[in-house]
Order: sequence, then C-alpha cells, then structure tokens
Amino acid sequence: MSTISHVIGTGISSAVQVAVVAVGGPVLVGVMRKVRCRLEGRVGPPVLQPLVDIRKLFRKQRFRPDQATWIFTLAPVMLVATVVVAAAITPLVTTHPALRASSDLFVLVYLLLVGSTLLALAGLDAGTAFGGMGSSRAVTIGALAEPALLVTILALSTTAHSSNLPAIVSAILAHPESVATPQRLFALGALLIVIVAESGRLPVDNPATHLELTMVHEAMILEYAGPDLALVTVGEAMRLTLLLGIFVNLVAPWGVAISTSVSGVVVGLASVVAKVAVVGVFLAVFEVFIAKVRLFRVPELLAGAFVLALLGVVSGLVAK
Amino acid sequence: MTAGVLVVAGALLGLGGAIAGALLPKGWRVRAATALIWAACGCEAAAAIHVLAIDRPIVLRSTELLPFTGVTLVLNSLGAFFVLLVVMVAVPATLYGIGYASHGLDTRTAACVFPLFVTTLLLVPMAGSVATFMALWELMALTSLLLVLVDHSASEASRSAGTWYAVLTHVGAATILVAFLILAAHSGGQTFAAIAVHARHLASGVRALVFMLALVGFGSKAGAVPFHVWLPKAHPEAPSPVSALMSGAMVALGVYGIVLVGDDLLGGGPVWWWLVVLVLGGASALFGSLHAASSTDLKRLLAYSTTDNIGLVLLAVGAAGLYDATRHPLLAALSLVSALVLLFNHAAFKGALFLSAGSVQVATGSRDLDRLGGLLRRMPQTGALFLVAAAAISALPPLNGFIGEWLLFQSLLHGAVIGSTAADIAIPLAVAALALTAGLTVVAFVKAVGIGFLGRPRSESADEATEVPRTMRLAVGLLVAVCVVLGVAPTLIFPAVERAVKTALPGLGTRILAHGVDLQVVGLRGMLAPAALAGSLAGAVVGIMVLRRALSRQPTPRVVEAWGCGRQLQTARMQYTATSFAEPVQRVFDDVLRPVQDLDVTHVAESRYVIESVTFANTVDDAIERSLYTPVIRAVRRWGQVARRLQPGSVHRYLAYGLGALVILLVAVAVMG
Repeated sequence: MSTISHVIGTGISSAVQVAVVAVGGPVLVGVMRKVRCRLEGRVGPPVLQPLVDIRKLFRKQRFRPDQATWIFTLAPVMLVATVVVAAAITPLVTTHPALRASSDLFVLVYLLLVGSTLLALAGLDAGTAFGGMGSSRAVTIGALAEPALLVTILALSTTAHSSNLPAIVSAILAHPESVATPQRLFALGALLIVIVAESGRLPVDNPATHLELTMVHEAMILEYAGPDLALVTVGEAMRLTLLLGIFVNLVAPWGVAISTSVSGVVVGLASVVAKVAVVGVFLAVFEVFIAKVRLFRVPELLAGAFVLALLGVVSGLVAK
Repeated sequence: MTAGVLVVAGALLGLGGAIAGALLPKGWRVRAATALIWAACGCEAAAAIHVLAIDRPIVLRSTELLPFTGVTLVLNSLGAFFVLLVVMVAVPATLYGIGYASHGLDTRTAACVFPLFVTTLLLVPMAGSVATFMALWELMALTSLLLVLVDHSASEASRSAGTWYAVLTHVGAATILVAFLILAAHSGGQTFAAIAVHARHLASGVRALVFMLALVGFGSKAGAVPFHVWLPKAHPEAPSPVSALMSGAMVALGVYGIVLVGDDLLGGGPVWWWLVVLVLGGASALFGSLHAASSTDLKRLLAYSTTDNIGLVLLAVGAAGLYDATRHPLLAALSLVSALVLLFNHAAFKGALFLSAGSVQVATGSRDLDRLGGLLRRMPQTGALFLVAAAAISALPPLNGFIGEWLLFQSLLHGAVIGSTAADIAIPLAVAALALTAGLTVVAFVKAVGIGFLGRPRSESADEATEVPRTMRLAVGLLVAVCVVLGVAPTLIFPAVERAVKTALPGLGTRILAHGVDLQVVGLRGMLAPAALAGSLAGAVVGIMVLRRALSRQPTPRVVEAWGCGRQLQTARMQYTATSFAEPVQRVFDDVLRPVQDLDVTHVAESRYVIESVTFANTVDDAIERSLYTPVIRAVRRWGQVARRLQPGSVHRYLAYGLGALVILLVAVAVMG
C-alpha cells in the first residue's frame, strides 16, 4: 500500500513541479522585465504580459519556411518536452520527485542539451543567413560553457559522493554546516555564470535585441511564428526558471519537502517560488547595470567560470 | 571442443570468402563473399557468446600452420567482447558493401581482400601468442592498406593517404614487436599465458619500456594524438564500408592491445604509466574534437571525431589503471566498463555515420559540406538515420552515447574523492576535457547535420541527389537500431562487458553494475533509469504535440518563404557554410588550430582605392602534422640525399666498400677474439 501511495505522491509532486515551472516561467520573465523597466524609469508591461502573449501566439496560424523539414516542427516540441521531463525529475519542491533514480545533475545537463541542439538545427533548417549565425554562436557558447558546468557538478557532488540531485540536497539538509564551504561557494558562483550564459541573458546575450550583429538566440528562432514561437518562448522561460530553481535549492535547500506529504509540498512550493523570485529580481537589477559583452569576450567570461569551478574542486581537496 | 570447431570454421569461411571474391565472375563475387563473411561472423559470434556464457577460454593450437612457432588461438572473455564488437560492425558494413560495390569494391583485388580484412579483424582478439598476434596484426594492416588504396590509380590523395597509413602503421607494428620480443625473451616462451606469468616479476624499468613501446604502437593504430595523422587522410579515401570497419572496429583493437599489454600481460603498473595514458587520452579527445568542429570534409570530420572518441576511451582506460594502481578495484572496474561501453557504442554510431557519409557521396559525388545541403528532403531515410547517429555521438539522451559518457563521468566523479594526489590533479582535468570534448562534438555534428542535410542545396549535384538502394539504408538502420536499443536498455550488454572486465582485472567481486532495467553502480551512489527517462521523454513529446494541435485555431502550417531582410529570392549562397559555422570556434581556439588565412586583394590598375577582386582562403591544417611530422620527413629526405652520394653507380666504388667492410670485420674479430 505504502509503495502505491508513494508512487502517487511522487507523481503528484512532479506534476506540481512541472505546473509551477510552466506557469511560473513566463511570470518570472514578466517580473524581471518589470523590475528592469522600473529601475530605468519606465512603467513597463504588466507582470502577466508574457502569459497573455503566449496565449495569443498559441491561437495564431502556424507557418513553415518552404525549405524547412520536420526538424523545424519537432525542435520547439522537443525543447519544451526536455524541460518538462527535467522539471519533473528535479527536486524543486520535494526531494522525492518521480524518476528519482535519474535525477542526476549530469542527466539534467544533457537532457537540456537535447532541446538546445535541436533548436540549433532548426536555425539551420530554413536555409537563411540569420538562422545559421544564431546556431553557430549558440553552439559555440554552449560548448565553451560545458567544462565549467561539469567541473561545477564535480565540485558539488563530492560532498554527497554522488551527482544525484536529491542526494546532494538531502546531504546539505542533513549537514547544514557544510552549506558555506569555500568549495561550494566557488562552485555556485561558477554555476550562476553558466546559468546566465545557458539561458541567454545579459551579458552573454540580450533577449530584447533584434540587431543582427549581436543576436544569438533570437537569430536562431527568427523563423518561428504562432504556436511554434509560443512553444519556444515557453520553453526558454521554463528553462531559465528550472535552472534558477536548481540553483537556489543547491544554495539554500531549506523549505524543500523531504516527503511527499501535502503540507510538505505546499511549504516546498512556497519556498521555491520565493527563492527563485529573489534570485530573479537580483539578476534583473544586475542586468540594468551591465552591457552585453562582445561575442569574442564571452569565452573569457566562461573561462572565468571554469577557473572558479576548478578552484572549488581544489579548495575541497585542501580542506580535506 | 565444439566451440573450437566454430572458431576454425569461422576462419575457414572467411578464407572461403576471400577465395570466392578472387575467383568468381564480377556479378557474383561480392554477393558470394558477403554471404561467406556473414557465415564466418555467425560462427565467431557463436563462439564468443559461448565463451562469455561459460566464462572459460577456448584454446586452440596448431604446430603445422606457422613454421617454428605454430599458431595459438585463445579466445577469452575480453577477446570475445571484441569479437562481438567486430561482428556488430562487420555484418552491416558488408551488407552495405553489396550496394556500394560498384564504387571500387567489386574489382577482383578488393573482393578478395575485403573478406580477408574482416577475417583478420575477427581473429586478432583471439591471438594467444606473440607470433600469431603479429602475423594477424600485420595481415590486418596490409589488407586494410590495400583497401585504402582501392582508388589509387585515379586519386593522388589516395596514394598519399596510403603512404602515411603504411608508414605509421608499420612504425607502430615495429614498436609492438619490440615490446613483445622483450617480454618473450624474459619469459622463456612466446604464448601470452607464459608471458603473463613471468612479466610481473620483471625489473620495473623493463616493464615501463615494454608498456611505453606498446602504448606507442597500439596508440598509432587507435589513432591517438600524436599518431593520429593517418586517420584524417586514410578514412576519407577508403571506400565507406572499409572506413566504417577501420574506424569502428580496427581502431578499437588498438585499445584492445593497450588493455592486453597493460592489464592482462603486465598486470597493471605504477601510477605514472596511467597518467601518461590519461594525458594521451585528454589530448586526443580535445585535439580530435576541435578539428572535427572545424573540418568541412564530412569524412575527415568523422575521422577526427574517431580520434576524439578514442581519446575518451583512453581517459577511461587511464583512470582504470590509476584506480587499480592506488588499490580501488571497484572504481577500476567501473572505469574499464565505461571504456568498453564507450568503444562498443562508438563502433555502432561511427559505423552508421561513415556508411551514411558513403551514401551521401554516392548520391551527390561529394563529401565537402560546403557543396551539400538540403539532403534531408531528398534522402529522407539516410538523413534521418544520420541525424539519430549524430545525436548518439553527441551523447544526447536517450541514446547509447549518453550511457557511455555517464558511466565515464561516474567513474571520474567517485575517483575525485579517493585521496591520491595524482588522482586529485588528474581527475578534475579529465572531467574538464570530457566536458569540452562533449561540447565541441555537438558543434561538429550540428554542423554536419545542419549544413549537410538541412537548408538549401549548395550545388547542382546536391539538388539532384536521390535516395540510395534499400540494402544500404538497411545496413545503416541496423547500426542505428543498436544505438537506440543500447541507449534505452544498456543493461543488455553489461553481462558481456563485466565478464570482459573481470578477465582484464582479475580478483574483482561478483558484481560491478546491478542488472535490472535501471543502472546502478554497486557499492557507489550512482543510478540511472534510461528506459523510464526515454519513456517519459516520448510521452512529453506526444503530449505537447497534441497540446499544440488543440490550442491552435489553424493547426496545419502555411508554407511561406523564409525571411530575407525584406529581400526576395533567397539563394543557397546566403546561408551559413560549414566554414562560417565553425568560424567562432576556430577563432576562439586559433592558438591550437593555427588556421592559415590568405587574403588577396587585386586593385584596379588606375587607382589603389578601387578594388577589382578579393580572394580569401582559409585552411585548417593539422598543426601536429605540420610541426612534428614535416621536420622528420624533411630530415629523412635530407639524409636520403646524403646517402645517395654513397652509390654513384661505379662498380669500383662498390667493390671498395666490400673490401673495406671485410677488413673492418676481420679487425673486429681479431680484437674481440
């Protein structure tokens, strides 16, 4: 009996996680835009505007460029699908999500890579200069972010002796004194830089630009319209939210439910939403004060993240 | 004994294939040879499975076959795993060869040599003595060399590739021979069993010398940096089924050699040996993936990607040795498991990729990505299969490449906490190398698929391409099916992998990985549920497609022209090319890649300020070839020039040489005696 109720509990928790990421993603983007606008002295669109835009886009006609193949159609679906699966298996609200066995940081990285790789292919599918430019830049940035990302995972995994995310989160909850070791601080700093790069925010990419010389992500998805564009927009917003969610639960996991009880899930939900909102506002404020760096300065930024991650690993060894 | 009969029958059937290829008329020879090769593969696979099931080696001896030494065949579990790997590539590659035959494989020489090549590939992992091993190894090198040279009369590149391959493979064979001779001289016998008993008691300097010689020799076959230079020359020139076999199977046998000498014969060694292997692996992985990301020739790209994958395998082999040397047998076993899984996976997807590259070449006459494009619409099945294989090599879940890299990452992750200084430094760097390699592989294969198969065709021949014959698509399909099945249910091959690993690293506990639907590393905290992951991903994809259809008011897409900045009539020349796609990577890594750029501006005669034409050339040569091999070649040539002065053609001078040599010899004898 208890196994059945456990399975149902994990299923419901995962559904809650997917729902909060799917709805919360666009809202987070709205919040970040609002904060930015207010700091720049503008009124800005309502916080729920991204949701309204997405609803509008979903009802529009679908378009397909004449040269495009099924990859163009599949890519947005795959982007959202991988984020949905990643959101379902990540310990955002509870440390007992469905498919806990696969809730591995390494798995999450590669799962998200599926979506971005297909999107890069879709950029080349229409046979235009813009799409190719966006794809080329996006995969280059992705490749350069990879070493920092995996070494960060290595640094974060050594305390729990596992790259399993629920295991890492549980280990921090069980040993609160290990939350601010130099190893973890360096690694989390690196992780934040990588998250900014991977989700195409300033200073790596500007989501608000449509200037061809500076575009990365926007160039890649230029051919999308209507429901497909809605999927891409949702996917990107969900991805940002998910990555920030993982980040906050690695920084300060308190609040995450260690069971699948109703009260635990409600508390977990509230805490993760609050934590992500705080980090989102912080990022938005940060973005007001910086400009996008040149494309060929991005490798330096990512190399910096890599060095931070490596410092994390090394300081872990010294501490031992 | 019945299993021994299978081994012999397989070898004879393979030889029969070669004879059939040599004697039968043109219409028959390829089909007959292929049928016999399949029978040979069937026999050897049955023998290999039998060995893995009973976990006891098959031993065959014949004193008549080779003079002085005789032939010793020992098929143990490690060898059996490699036999299965060869069979897995050889069956689809030969099936593909039927459709591909008219492109150089139906001549009498090729039809005779190809079955012989496959037979030697099957037999090398069974060699049980130095003489047998070297004979089969040389036969494998020579048959593959002949197959690389199939196109020699028409193509200068083919002849040059043949020379490079011949020289490097024979330098490798020479160092392997020296390593084996040292071992045999100290062991009082030339069977591997005798060597394994005595080699453990040799002086450490001798053991190190043997291992390093073997590493150079087998590394040159495996395509590790800096011995990789033959791969990007020979693989593109060889017929595609041969490239698939060379890159999927033959290169794997190079790694087999390193494991054979390092673990099986020498029984492991000190930490520094394995650090050398790790450095070699990391350098190969990074250099290979960087060149794969910047290549524009499809088969050259695949060849460099072989160096990259072998680099990852060597990382795993090196980590295994390191853990073994620091007494962490479980981690050593896990690393070696990941090495073998990576090799098996590589054989599957690289075989599929080389075969589909061959299909592209057959359909368009070109393998230059900058002249391809739009092939997914013209060759839908070949294109889709290439895409899946490319996703597998990019380690995207839920395909087999991901499983291999996950295992490697797990073994490195747990190795970072064992508290050995060497591991502390090496492991984080190995993780970084793995990560950058993985990222660059994505760049390389997004480029291969996106530029080669998507967008608009960049040449007339690409525009007119049509799908290749059914047997060729089926062959690629078989290998892609392996990629998918081993991605969703990797535990299928784990019993075989475990037996193989236990042969190389004896004295292990019962289990390394739990065998269920899920993967679990026994004794360590690492889990993965690949089937459930694949299932939920498929479910999510279907769900979102249904949702997109349900929400949209007009769900069928309208076909429109792509946006061209307000300009009408997009042409193929407006697209990104393979060169421009790789430009950011090339620019970031220009210290390693050293691209040669040539900008030539011609001015109008009347004024310097008006330009008549601009020529821009960008080539990325192999920097290692340029800075390591070119000086050596130049020195050898200069020495040859000097040596020519010794033979001016005068008989008197030659007689004087003879007299001088005789005098020196007599003096030497007098002094010594």
